[in-house]
Amino acid sequence: MATPILELRGLIKTFGGVKAVNALDMTVNDGEIHALIGPNGSGKTTTLNVISGIYRANEGSVKFRGDEISQLPAHTIAQRGITRTFQNIRLFPRLTVLDNVLIGRHTRLRTNFWMTLAPNPITALEEDTARRNAHDLLAFVGLADRAQVRASSLAYGDQRRLEIARALAAEPALLLLDEPAAGMNPTETDALVKLLYQVRDRGVTLLLIEHDMNLVMAISDRITVLNFGTHIAEGAAAEVSQNPDVITAYLGGPLDAGFAQTR
Amino acid sequence: MNRRGAVVAVLLVACALVPFVVHSQYVLQVTDTALIYAIVVIGLGILLGFTGQMSLAQAAFFGMGAYASAIASTTLGWSPWISIPFGALFAAAIGAAVGYPCLRLSGHYLALATIGFGIIVQLVFINARSLTNGPDGINSIPPPHLGSLALDTYQTYFYVAYGALLISVYIAWRVKHSRIGRAFEAIRENEIAAQAMGINATHYKVLAFVLASAFGGLAGGLIAHMTRFISPDSYSFDQSVIFLVMLVIGGSATITGAVTGAILLTFLPEFLRPLKDSYIMIYGAAVVLMVIFMPEGIVGLVRRLIPSYQAPPAAPMHATNSIADSA
Repeated sequence: MATPILELRGLIKTFGGVKAVNALDMTVNDGEIHALIGPNGSGKTTTLNVISGIYRANEGSVKFRGDEISQLPAHTIAQRGITRTFQNIRLFPRLTVLDNVLIGRHTRLRTNFWMTLAPNPITALEEDTARRNAHDLLAFVGLADRAQVRASSLAYGDQRRLEIARALAAEPALLLLDEPAAGMNPTETDALVKLLYQVRDRGVTLLLIEHDMNLVMAISDRITVLNFGTHIAEGAAAEVSQNPDVITAYLGGPLDAGFAQTR
Repeated sequence: MNRRGAVVAVLLVACALVPFVVHSQYVLQVTDTALIYAIVVIGLGILLGFTGQMSLAQAAFFGMGAYASAIASTTLGWSPWISIPFGALFAAAIGAAVGYPCLRLSGHYLALATIGFGIIVQLVFINARSLTNGPDGINSIPPPHLGSLALDTYQTYFYVAYGALLISVYIAWRVKHSRIGRAFEAIRENEIAAQAMGINATHYKVLAFVLASAFGGLAGGLIAHMTRFISPDSYSFDQSVIFLVMLVIGGSATITGAVTGAILLTFLPEFLRPLKDSYIMIYGAAVVLMVIFMPEGIVGLVRRLIPSYQAPPAAPMHATNSIADSA
């Protein structure tokens, strides 16, 4: 029996008069890879921004492991166990790759201002652990030899992988990925798929937005389809791809079921 | 201790010998002033260089430290050893109270708010006569004593300023190479990503502002007990701009840059003084040229010129030091 880790109910987010997210319901189960798909402008990224606290919902609820989080600030949501990557990569460009990952671990460290003033065993131990953890994560995403270079000097695909390492450093229960495969070539995408499976196997639930339908259909346990800010279908990949509403949303009109199956 | 540590130790000792080598009271006065300004600029560097938040009110906090400590030493009769840290704490407390509302703003708006605040503070110095003695300023501020020895010469005061600077550099360095310093830099680099990583941006921006205020206030107390006389015109908006220029010229993201910029730009006008009226023009031109040809400050230029500073490419000091830390 699947237990929900994230539940959105009646979620509304408006910008001026535009309802970017309109009464959205969505359930993400613990331990699954869940994809959020939909045409451009359907509210996917806005939904992720509301979940992660970058935007605050106008109405509705977001429950994470049963707790209401929709009105919490972004940093508190990260502390609770939801971290993310960004569609338009948001690394700390002038810092080293290693420092990017160390910053990702911020919420797991306890050193405060006073403790920084003098060498002390607590800080020494946690810095040591954090560095080891960061190097492990860099090895995990395949960036072990790039630890000391500037994040901005990484190739595009590597920057996306660094974002994943940074988000994992916080040891999240739920990882939000906004178009992780964007701009990747097929080889890089294959490597990404393997990486995402490994992340899931570490016990992290994944919610991803992705336009690459082959990737979505291949890795998703379940899919939610958005159009005009509200969900038009939710379920396993095979069911969703045959849903007539989904086909209409994507292709602009009804088509025979045979076409849908070939997709 | 590695070779680099040994070089630093030798340099620190060599600097401590300056009062034995230099006998000109004038040069020593400028030197002491430069060391104290370096503390102000390190503070500004924590705010602007590390955290990326602009302030044009640094002279106001410098002034608050000067006034609070001077009043404590004169009216209240406290020992300067207590009043000077009190000046720093006072400035830090005001910094916390002002920082919280101000740092909700960003970019140009934050800069404007801090300009306004700085002007208000200077007006308070001028008009709160019962506390500050108005435009006449406060005189007869006592020097600190070491036992029965009054530290009232530029030779002896050098060690007060130098000691305070070393403590300031140490604190700034410890903070920079810690979880706190990483949070500061994360906010500077990308505030939204920093928040998404669990960093409470408001908290850390206010902390940076408070640290900048405390360093400014500490330096204010030091200058008040060196010159033994303070008046409101030393804590103007112009002075805040000069501190900003010192930081940018030196290299804003590093402690070395802050210290270098402060020392260089305290001495530069003194060197140019023989030029009389045209000195401001030459000074201005020199600053403009430095900004154009050294966009990352003097420290950035040195790093480009000395190959051993080039690899690894990003923040070499940071990288090597942090590994040394964990070892």
